[in-house]
Order: sequence, then structure tokens, then C-alpha cells
Amino acid sequence: MSTLATSAARAGRIELADVAIRLGQGEAAFDVVESVRLAIPARQFVCLLGPSGCGKSTLLGALAGHLAPSRGRVSLDGETVAGPDPERGIVFQQHTLLPWKRVIENVAFGPKMRGLPKAERLARARAFLALVGLEDFAERYPDELSGGMQQRVEIARVLINEPRVLLMDEPFGALDAQTRLMMQEMLLDLWTRLPTTVLFVTHDIDEALFLGDRVLVMSSRPGRILEDIPLGFPRPRGRDLVTDPAFIDLKRRCLGLLRPRDGKPPLPRLSPLGLPGAGAGAA
Amino acid sequence: MSSAAIDAAVPALAAPSAPGHRRLAHRPGLPLRRLALRAGALGLGLLGWHLAASHRLDLGLVTFRNVPAPLDVARALSALVQSPKLGAHIGASLGRVLGGFLVALAAGVGLGLAIGRSRTARDLLLPPLEVLRPIPAVAWIPLAILMFPSSELSMVFITFTGALFPILLNTVHGAEGVSPRLVASARSLGARRWAILREVVIPSAAQSIVTGAAIGMGTAWFCLVTAEMISGQYGIGYFTWEAYTLQNYDDIVVGMLLIGLLGMGSSALVRAAGRLAMPWTRAGIRS
Ligand SMILES: Nc1ncnc2c1ncn2[C@@H]1O[C@H](COP(=O)(O)OP(=O)(O)OP(=O)(O)O)[C@@H](O)[C@H]1O
Ligand SMILES: [Mg+2]
Repeated sequence: MSTLATSAARAGRIELADVAIRLGQGEAAFDVVESVRLAIPARQFVCLLGPSGCGKSTLLGALAGHLAPSRGRVSLDGETVAGPDPERGIVFQQHTLLPWKRVIENVAFGPKMRGLPKAERLARARAFLALVGLEDFAERYPDELSGGMQQRVEIARVLINEPRVLLMDEPFGALDAQTRLMMQEMLLDLWTRLPTTVLFVTHDIDEALFLGDRVLVMSSRPGRILEDIPLGFPRPRGRDLVTDPAFIDLKRRCLGLLRPRDGKPPLPRLSPLGLPGAGAGAA
Repeated sequence: MSSAAIDAAVPALAAPSAPGHRRLAHRPGLPLRRLALRAGALGLGLLGWHLAASHRLDLGLVTFRNVPAPLDVARALSALVQSPKLGAHIGASLGRVLGGFLVALAAGVGLGLAIGRSRTARDLLLPPLEVLRPIPAVAWIPLAILMFPSSELSMVFITFTGALFPILLNTVHGAEGVSPRLVASARSLGARRWAILREVVIPSAAQSIVTGAAIGMGTAWFCLVTAEMISGQYGIGYFTWEAYTLQNYDDIVVGMLLIGLLGMGSSALVRAAGRLAMPWTRAGIRS
């Protein structure tokens, strides 16, 4: 797979300098996250945990360039993030494949936008489909695939752009437990082969501890980073890691941090990017 | 480079999910029973018509005294079919309807996409269009005659006014309904303004556009009699209107039936063309 990892030396260092993000209009506007300071070195795999509604998706939206911070600076390798870019790929919990394109054309979408000739981009898309094990499904339409397969296509479609950063918002959250475990292993394997920084949002503590080099735990809204926990577990990691005493200790610590403070009602599950249910405006 | 994990994971991943995925299901034909039911309903309608007309049924509010019976209509129809005029009538009407429809399609889709995706376009275009929308085709006749140099063009214009609004409104609806998530992720994959329009907005509005076009095709035929009131010679609508002025009652119904059939047929053609253009909506795919 050496053809796929063309620029192993590329960076992917994320910096958030005192970032605050406001959502809502006029009087109703409020700070979703406030004063987030964070530096993620290139190629690190970082997991983000936090109570529902604390602003994880919002933070990811700002990194993707879909939301502008109201204060502070979001930057990648020193350049300020000023809008969406294929350099910063994003994967959501519900796939966003184009239903009118076959799987192969969906994967070839990024290269098409870059103006790559058809034969070339399809060949490249085929290679990335093979990477996620779906070369036999190239000619299907997305709605003909299972949820796990759709997410694999989604991942291939983002990785084909060789992003410096891979942003994942509960990408496996809608999958059944078994598929989820396999997807985690597949993702780790891809990540060791492709040079990219990963910021992975999840509600599943096991998932965060199993995948990450580091876990960030956010406070409830307005979101701030409560704890920054480095994970020293050696790689490649096997499933027996989850029974390791050190793993269980960390899990207990995360559980404690995420325990809801009493008296506070849970926040509504709106979504900053018009994810399912939210009827955000036109482009 | 060890790909052991992925090699192990991939077949295992593919296997459990394989039974879950939906194959392209063939659209099944209507079962015989339902076809028979439909044919029966048509037959029953004909029978009712025949009884009412032949007994000169008078219900007070509505009377069948001057309504021709189905057999008289059939006789008139076969006379028309044998006359060389039928081809000329149908040809003239087809040309007018098609002309009006195609212009309405281009204008309706273009304006609809603009209104659906841009607030400025909506503010500029929607108010005047809303004023024009309720004006019936027949009210356009005098202006159409004054505005266009030839009566042919004014007739095309009348069918255009009929087809435009269903196409326009359905396109607006489709363009507004585009999922913001799809737009956001396409932007993250490198799509710019025009690419978003071409790759995301138009395909996701396509279903609505086809629905609008099929309805618009129907309303274009709907306006045909009105349009061909201007005509001096040919056209199914003209034929129907002339039959009325000459008190040729059998021919009125022949004309009505022909318009109904042609309208239905061309709407079905539009839908079929839509299905061809949107292969992803065929089969048992949930959208
Ligand atoms: N479009 C919006 N308008 C107003 N408020 C919003 C909007 N979208 C999200 N919010 C609010 O902003 C806060 C942060 O939302 P966000 O989706 O970032 O949280 P999250 O941490 O991703 O939550 P979850 O774990 O449920 O996905 C939530 O309290 C939510 O109610
Ligand atoms: Mg979220």
C-alpha cells in the first residue's frame, strides 16, 4: 500500500488558542464552548469524551471549518482554519454519502473536485475501497449497504483526499456492538498506514481508551477541557487490553469525570451542523 | 507493512452484514386481480355514462339531455380517425404543448433552484411570481395576442403559463429540502458553489423536479383548449372549441377524451424519462 501513503512526512498539528464558539441568533446566542486551549501534535490519535450537549460536535465543526469561532484561533500546522477543506476530513455518525452516486463514485468525489481525470480517480477510488474491504460493492448505491459498510465507504471517501486531519463525530455510534469492534480495529489499522492526525468524538469510554494516544474529557456546557489523559498502552493493541488493570483504572477515572452533576437537567440534542432533525438554512 | 488486522477484519466484516443489505428488487407488475379491478372500474364508468345519456337522465341540477352517448362518441371518433385532419390536429397541439412545456421546464427549474437556494433571489423573484400565479390561462389571451407577433407564439405562451408554476414550485420545494449535512460534507470534500449545485442540490431536488414536470405537462394540456381558442384552423383544443360553437356535441366529447388521453400519456412519458435519469430511485431503495 505504499502508493497510498504518498506524503508520509506531512504534518497535521492542530492548535486551538483560547477558542470560544457562540451558537444561536441575537438574544438567544450563547457560548457553547469557552476558552479551549489545546495542542495536538501531528499524527496523534486523540479521543474526545464529554457529556451530551457539551459542545463536542461544535468543536469538531469549527475544526472542519463549518463554524467560525467567536474568539481565539483554530489552526492547522500554523495556518488559521478559514473554511472547509479536504485537508480536514470529517465523518459523522450518520453517513452523508450521496444517494444518487454509486459507491465508487462517492469515493471518487474528492478527486473529482480536484479535477482528476475520470480513469485516474476511479482507479484511485477502487484502491481506497479495497483498503476498507469493499471492492466488491463498488457498483452499488449507498442505500443498498448495511450501516457498517456505509461508514467504511464514508471513511474511504475522506481518506482518498489524504487529509492531514481526520475528524470523527461518533462515527461508530449507530452500529451494533460487534460491527463497532471490527470498525475500531480497521480504523486503527488504517491509521497506522496513513499519516493523519485523528480527533475522535465518542460517548463510549472503552472505545476512547482502546483507540487513543490521549483522551480529552470535556465539562458540560459551556464546554471546557477538564482533563487531558495520556494513554501509554503499547500498540498494536489487542482486545485483552480492556481487562488490563491500568485500563480499568482509567475507565473508572473517566466515569467519575463524566458523572452528571446533580440538579442539572440534560441538554436538548440539537445540532450545530444541521445533523438529523435540525433544519438549518441553505448553503 | 503488516495488514494482518485489516485482512482479518475485512471478510469478517463483510460476512455478517451481507444478508442485511438490500438487493435491487425488481418492480413487480400489478397482480391480475388489481388490473381486473381497474378495467372493471372503467367499464362501470362507461356503463353509467351510457345509461344516463341514453335515458336522457335529468337530475334537476344536472341534465344529460344534450350529452352524447358513448356509442355516438365512438362513431364520431372513428370518423375523425379516418379523416386526414386528425394528424394535423394532433401535430399542431403536440407542437404547442411541447414548446410551452420545454420553455416552462427551463424557466421553472432555473428560477426554482435560484429561489430555493438564495435568499436574495427569493426576495427578488417570488413576489412578482406570486402575483402572476393565480391568473388563469384564459385571462392571458388578450395580452398574449397583443404581446406576440404570431398567434402560434401566443398559443405556446398560454401553455407555458400553465406548465410553469407546478414546475417552479416543485423545484423550489426540492431545492429547499436539500439536507444541510450533505452540503456540509460535500464542502469538506472540496466542492465549491457550482459543484454543490451540480452534484448535490440538483440530484437531490430531481425527484421533486420530475413530479413538477409531470404535473406541468398535465396542466399544459389543461390549457390547450384555452390556447387554441386563438387558433384559426388546427389543434385538438381548437377542434373541441369549434365543435361547441357548431353545436357538434359528439365531437366535443371526442376532443375532451383525446386531450385527456394525450395529457395522461405525456405525463407518463415525463415520469418514465425521470426514472431513466434517476437510476438510484429505481428498485427497492429507500431514499
Ligand atoms: N443550531 C443550534 N442552535 C442552537 N443551539 C444549538 C444548535 N446546535 C447545537 N446547539 C446546542 O449547543 C450545544 C452543543 O451542541 P453539540 O452538538 O456540539 O454537543 P455534543 O457535545 O456534540 O453533544 P452530543 O454528545 O449529544 O452529540 C448543545 O447544548 C446544543 O443544544
Ligand atoms: Mg455531537
